[in-house]
Amino acid sequence: MEAGAGAERLGRRLPTWTLGVFPLLLIALAIAAIALLGGGLGDRDTPPVEEVAVERTVLRPGVIELTLRNDGPDAVGVAQVAVNDVFAPFSSEAGTGPVEIGRLDSARIEVIYPWIEGEAYEISVLTSSGGTIAAEIAVAAETPEADGGFFGLMALLGIYVGVIPVSLGMLWLPFLRRMSATWMAALIAFTVGLLAFLAIDAGLEGLEIAAGAPGAFGGSSLVYLGALAAYLALSGVDAHLSRRRSAGADAGAGGMYLALLVAIGIGLHNLGEGLAIGTAYAAGSLALGAFLVIGFAIHNTTEGLAIVAPLREGSGDAGPGLGRLLALGLIAGGPAILGAWIGAAAFNPSVGALLFGIGVGAILRVVVQLAPLMKDDEGRILNPVSVAGILAGLAVLYATGLLVSV
Amino acid sequence: MSDPTKSAAGISRRKLLGGAAIAAPAVVGLGGLIGSRQTGAAEPARSQDPTMAGHPGHDGFIHARFADGPEVDHRANGFDPSDILRDFDYGKTRRLGNGRLLREWEIVAHDKEIEVAPGVKYEAWTYNGRVPGPTLRAREGDLLRIRFVNASDHPHTMHFHGIHRALMDGMPGIGENRGGGQIEPGGIFEYEFEAEPFGLHLYHCHVAPLASHIAHGLYGAFIIDPKEGRPEADEMVMVMNGFDTDFDLENELYAVNSIPFHFINRPIQVRRDELLRIYVVNALEYDPLNSFHVHANFFQYYPTGTSLEPSELTDTVIQGQGQRGMLEMKFPFDGDYMFHAHVSEFAELGWTGFFRVGEPSDLDHSAAAAAYCKLPWGGDGAPA
Repeated sequence: MEAGAGAERLGRRLPTWTLGVFPLLLIALAIAAIALLGGGLGDRDTPPVEEVAVERTVLRPGVIELTLRNDGPDAVGVAQVAVNDVFAPFSSEAGTGPVEIGRLDSARIEVIYPWIEGEAYEISVLTSSGGTIAAEIAVAAETPEADGGFFGLMALLGIYVGVIPVSLGMLWLPFLRRMSATWMAALIAFTVGLLAFLAIDAGLEGLEIAAGAPGAFGGSSLVYLGALAAYLALSGVDAHLSRRRSAGADAGAGGMYLALLVAIGIGLHNLGEGLAIGTAYAAGSLALGAFLVIGFAIHNTTEGLAIVAPLREGSGDAGPGLGRLLALGLIAGGPAILGAWIGAAAFNPSVGALLFGIGVGAILRVVVQLAPLMKDDEGRILNPVSVAGILAGLAVLYATGLLVSV
Repeated sequence: MSDPTKSAAGISRRKLLGGAAIAAPAVVGLGGLIGSRQTGAAEPARSQDPTMAGHPGHDGFIHARFADGPEVDHRANGFDPSDILRDFDYGKTRRLGNGRLLREWEIVAHDKEIEVAPGVKYEAWTYNGRVPGPTLRAREGDLLRIRFVNASDHPHTMHFHGIHRALMDGMPGIGENRGGGQIEPGGIFEYEFEAEPFGLHLYHCHVAPLASHIAHGLYGAFIIDPKEGRPEADEMVMVMNGFDTDFDLENELYAVNSIPFHFINRPIQVRRDELLRIYVVNALEYDPLNSFHVHANFFQYYPTGTSLEPSELTDTVIQGQGQRGMLEMKFPFDGDYMFHAHVSEFAELGWTGFFRVGEPSDLDHSAAAAAYCKLPWGGDGAPA
């Protein structure tokens, strides 16, 4: 008590900023003391901790290329490589012989091995301390060259599965405008169901990818952090815009704004979808064909419906212009192209996990945004009509999703 | 690829060895190594050759091998697999009053980091600083005295395969009250027994957990020659072993005399039409079987070496853990001939090598001859 009162008296006599700086100084002193004197903990003299993630595997004729990321606290030396229990020569940017990978650094190594298409391989990287890092190739297939034709193909694929179906779905707008309010609430609920499905799907996909990502960069926490960040960011944008909106008191702009949010959420989802398609294509496990494109078209057409649903609200005389609708379609569908490029050419599991997380957060924010539109006469969000709509949305995406499991 | 260094066997040596400039010093180097019983003899550096650097894989995948680059540093390891081949340790000998020959050795167990593959370090447990331990060689009926010093951080023993009293068995739990049994760090024990029966045996640590103690490197060949001796031959010891470097109870590396692919890079020089006698011991842990196979030739096999008559003419033998046998053969043609485990998995994880057969005059004999085992009983220090 005495000491506390004394400190308070002393405190009152000092300028405020010194009170803020004083603890900082103490912390700096403590850190310096520990750094210089070791703090009595001693140096770690256990064997080095070796954690390495295989970020990327590329197959070329007679060559298996691995991108290794050092995920642990110590440097890791890559000494030898065996493929299916056969030692094979390798080289890296550093030339031949063992490669040292510093903490969080990565190295690309090229293993000379006559792999055979369609067979499975287990690659065992022997480190300088005798540890092993395993990488698996479930089905060997040549990785496509990232040339112009390849990017063109991925762009075409992205347009087929993203832009076209979403835009087609938006053509339901005139139909929506003639719907009754109850049907409209049901349709919004249907959209919410679609989005909920996409959120779950993207979340699980992100966690799956994160499992193969280096833990040092956060691993699966990237999915959650991405979701939280996206949700908060969109909430912030929303709060900012709604102030301006209430000033303008333009109901039509509100509908447009909601549609934009939905388009962004769906766009992030389609980015993930593109990533999945691109990586599957790069790994040779994607059966390119009409079935896949048709499946995605059906699946994603419903997404177009979700975008235009809020636009019915602002049913002024003219409605949104064609340009705006096209922009919405591009925002929602275009990222599929980008995703396919990234997925096929430069996929990084950490970035992938973060992107999927962002998609989840964005979609959840949109769901929250759409929820009030499902209200019935008594002001309940979850009413028989909306619940039926949500369930229908989940069911439709589940069913169409069966067509396109990549 | 047209290559002037193509050998008689039709195998491109450039692909095997990285060029003639490398093959040549390997021959000279072997001569130097054979002549020296101490390890660390001068060695040519292979990795400096410009034909090796910067061309990984441009040669394609001919057979399993390590990445191009520096070889294992045998000097730092303190032993060289080529050296171990023909290194027979007869001990210090003294004729006892009763006319019997006494052979004495000192074996020190200590922990030692060795490079088991280029760039891969392993904390081995060794007898006299090498894996496998020294090849102890005696003649049937000799009295053997092995002073065992445990300078390791772990308890160890020396358990000899042979016929002896329980106290001399190197078995934990037996004879601790008389200074034997498990020998703790800092402990010393003298094993004493008669050399019997003649044949090819082994010794190893018998402290539990057994597989771990053996797999760490505590084993060696133990040869007892028959009283009447064996026909003159170029003799060599191959201890088949492996290393479980990540402790998952599976070996990552397989070899003879510890270093995988060593005899690919440095083929064993042998003379055409000369009798070759190979003492093959399987000291491998974690895999129940190992095998030895030679290309383009057949050998007489003497299981455990306990008979003067071979049991089979074959080109492939299987050995279980602790099993061993003697091989005798002659190469009728010049060239490079592979030998390897016919457990192909082991072969491609390192247990592969070459014999290089040539004219007697092609090979460096001046140094090699001294090490070739003719009749060891004449000039090895035993008083007449």
